[in-house]
Amino acid sequence: MREPIFHTEKVTKVYDTGEVKVFALRGVDLDLFEGEMTVLLGASGSGKSTLLNILGGLDHATEGRVFFKDMELTAMNDRELTAYRRNHVGFVFQFYNLVPSLTARENVALVTEISPDPMRPEMALELVGLTNRMDHFPAELSGGEQQRVAIARAIAKRPEVLFCDEPTGALDSKTGVQVLEALDQVNRELGTTTAVITHNADIRKMAHRVIFFADGQISEVRVNETRLKPHEIDW
Amino acid sequence: MKVLDRKMLRDFVRLWAQSLAIALVLGCGVASFVLSYGVKLSLTETQSTFYERNRFADIWASATRAPNSLITQIERIKGVVIAEPRISQFAILDVEGLSEPAAAKMIALPKSGNSVLNMPSVTLGRMPSPNRTDEILVSENFATSNGFALGDTVVATLNGQKRVLRIVGTALSPEFIYLLGPGSMMPDDRRFGVIWMDRDTLAAAFDLEGAFNEVTLKLALGANENKVKDALETLLAPYGGTGPYGRTAQTSHVFLDAELDQLDTMSRILPPLFFIISAFLVNMVIGRLIALEREQIGLFKAVGYTNSQVAWHYVKIAIGIGVFGTVMGWGVGAWAGHGLSKLYAQFFHFPYLIYVTSPNTYILSGAAGIAAAILGALQSVLRTTKLSPAVAMSPPAPVRFRQNLFDKFVHMLGARQTVMMILRSITRWPMRAALTVLGVSLSGAILISTLFMFDALDEILDTSFFQANRQQATITLTGNKPYAILEDALNLPGVMRSEGLRSVPARLRNGHLEKLIGIEGRAPGMDLSRVLNAENGAVVLPDKGIILSGTLAESLGVTVGDMLEIEVLEGQRETYFVPITAIIEQYFGLGAYMNLGYLSALLQQAPQVNAINISLDENQLDALYDAVKDTPGIAGLVLWKQIRQSFNDTIAENSGMTTTIYALVASLIVVGVVYNSARIQLSERARELASLRILGFTKGEVSFILLGELMLLTLIAIPLGFVIGRFFAFLIVSGFSSDLYTIPLVINNATYGFSGVVVFVASLASALLVRRRINRLDLISVMKTRE
Repeated sequence: MREPIFHTEKVTKVYDTGEVKVFALRGVDLDLFEGEMTVLLGASGSGKSTLLNILGGLDHATEGRVFFKDMELTAMNDRELTAYRRNHVGFVFQFYNLVPSLTARENVALVTEISPDPMRPEMALELVGLTNRMDHFPAELSGGEQQRVAIARAIAKRPEVLFCDEPTGALDSKTGVQVLEALDQVNRELGTTTAVITHNADIRKMAHRVIFFADGQISEVRVNETRLKPHEIDW
Repeated sequence: MKVLDRKMLRDFVRLWAQSLAIALVLGCGVASFVLSYGVKLSLTETQSTFYERNRFADIWASATRAPNSLITQIERIKGVVIAEPRISQFAILDVEGLSEPAAAKMIALPKSGNSVLNMPSVTLGRMPSPNRTDEILVSENFATSNGFALGDTVVATLNGQKRVLRIVGTALSPEFIYLLGPGSMMPDDRRFGVIWMDRDTLAAAFDLEGAFNEVTLKLALGANENKVKDALETLLAPYGGTGPYGRTAQTSHVFLDAELDQLDTMSRILPPLFFIISAFLVNMVIGRLIALEREQIGLFKAVGYTNSQVAWHYVKIAIGIGVFGTVMGWGVGAWAGHGLSKLYAQFFHFPYLIYVTSPNTYILSGAAGIAAAILGALQSVLRTTKLSPAVAMSPPAPVRFRQNLFDKFVHMLGARQTVMMILRSITRWPMRAALTVLGVSLSGAILISTLFMFDALDEILDTSFFQANRQQATITLTGNKPYAILEDALNLPGVMRSEGLRSVPARLRNGHLEKLIGIEGRAPGMDLSRVLNAENGAVVLPDKGIILSGTLAESLGVTVGDMLEIEVLEGQRETYFVPITAIIEQYFGLGAYMNLGYLSALLQQAPQVNAINISLDENQLDALYDAVKDTPGIAGLVLWKQIRQSFNDTIAENSGMTTTIYALVASLIVVGVVYNSARIQLSERARELASLRILGFTKGEVSFILLGELMLLTLIAIPLGFVIGRFFAFLIVSGFSSDLYTIPLVINNATYGFSGVVVFVASLASALLVRRRINRLDLISVMKTRE
């Protein structure tokens, strides 16, 4: 078995509104392995996004510990978490979040400029199949294209891990498949550990492992013996 | 309360910081309006009441010696209501506690008691008794500056005879609100005052029994002043009359009018500026609010609210800001207005202050303030009426950016993408950037256009006191004396050099334009006091011809080479045509200069002088003072060091306070503009900036994108503010110049520097206020929600 890249111990997240306490996570123990593609599935409020935010260094756990390799994220302050995100993590959002005033190439360069060992922006865009759209502004690109720019932007720094929160949530199935193929390709060719949150249960078929969430806990972990190619997924 | 109104109140509370920033700027406009009009109204009212109650004269004229019987003829001039003869002479005073000699304008009181015209108002003590020859009334400022108490005495040299005079009262007079001693450029309350005393004593001393040397007239309403002056001049001509003048040439009145005009100029320039900036700020904030609430507006319309109901809802928010600012402005304006009026009343030495509050000022300023807010909101509000419910409820189309040559150029420079974001934001919304730049630059301009005054005064000080007038003292003589008196002057203790001047009253005329003025005759080779050109080089007085100061030439409509008609009001009273050989820049008063030899030739007299400039050995000052007090023929001694000092004091008194107030006002504007811009940008780009934080940009890097743009705009605004400020300064200089003084348009680098620093610091501080919000960006919500 490969080395775990993430390791969590009894991670708990409580949102305390003063009147009520909402348990978003109730003691989650989980390992994610290097080069693995994981799909996190679960109903709204099941805790998958909360976990991803904590793994991504966007949120703090209330209790428990989270390790990225030998770094303990739960012991880091804001500044250290920023550096962690900057150097190790790539994010892909549901609504792309491209900077409208920058072209595709520039959106990628935005990240490569602050990374220690990035690839060239052009190469990242080539990986997602956008060589001929590099100088277009986000407003001139389709949703699928925008999301692929976002993937290029996320991988251009050669992150060890890529977190995708509903990456196809705003797309139709045809463009959704293109985006998934880009993610699959990155995972295969660069060996980037990838965690994808989705509502779409069929996407699980392309993952190495599928983790089911319910009520702030992991209800089931399923290993796919055979993985499907994105274009083979039927949705 | 209706639901929409409840929403409006909540919006108002939510926008409190931005509303406050706008309301403060708007409040400045309202306050400066209330303040300047209030002060002007009050001072004008006080002035006219003072004039009326004390029967301020309409016309003055002096003569050498005119018989009292002439008064009946003067009274018969059509339009004259009252003609009052009087004796007025200068006298040297020996004041206890003052080593140097003081001087006074001695005015005779009629036997009947108080004068009929230009009545002094007794502020302390009483009028001199008609039969007590040693009792005097002294001008209040002179008394307070010297610490006189009732019963104190001063020794006056009246035409060579020393007399001990006892102070029985102090007084203020509408004639001497602003008092200049002969040969002086600045009021000097310690060394020059006015003394009213028994007529007979003065008449005996100056050989004016049964005669007068000054007459003042009160005219009937609608009388033709010029005709009266002409008739009066004809009557007085045989008795050495030097030309009657009206209020517009009466020094004190001119000074007061000039001050009131300055207030007027400020009240015309400042409040509109504040209103314009406020309107622009309201435009920004309401525009953004409406953009953010597109979907809500669509909803309102979908459920049946009319266009006008929705529009009115947003107009009400603007009105709220307007009312908020207006009320603050009224408060500050009323409070400061009363205080400032009092200060002015003290400064001018009015015996009382009639503080006028005109409801119109409040109504007008409030209307202007609220109108500015509404006008600012109008454009955005009209946009809401064009939104259809369906369009309003779908998100706005994404903003289109384009690459242009400028981008390529910036790329070639290897600029970072964050710099690119800044530049694209500016080029995508050039109007917004331009308005921000304009707003910020106006604040710098306000600073420069007010603070340059101190540079101008420095320049005046340097030119007038160190370049032009290098004499240490000026001795004024009781009349014209032979040129040889300069030799006598050298015999006074400590006098090392003496240079004579002669001032001759004359009327300069070009067509219908004319000016009554003293022509100054100067011996060639005078070196202590010099006539200077614009480059501060000494101008050689021509053998034939006259040199005029710029303001005088302008008011006569003449230029170099023109022939000027000169009616000399002394000696043979002849009229000549003389070429103008040069025009010079002069900051104090009006000036006309001639070669003394040429002037004497015109007068057909041997050269005579009536003032002497001297340089002296400061160690022998006390001996000189004593000698001056004992020398007949000397009417006054002006020490230039003291003029300089009093000039400097006046500047110093005003500069600290003024600088602080205007630096605050300018900062307020900058905060209003920059803080609002930053908040709006932040609300528009919160999602974009939060995404960058997720991608690993530090707080500092993300702040740079937002604040970098504002600071870049500030850096553009600062030099633009210099240019606009210079233009305002030019307007002010043009508005302020009067016959009493001309203000040069001089702005020192330090003033530019100070205004730049204030603007930059205020801008940075307001940007940093917003930075705290960048630190609190919600990263997680960005992951999910769509704007």
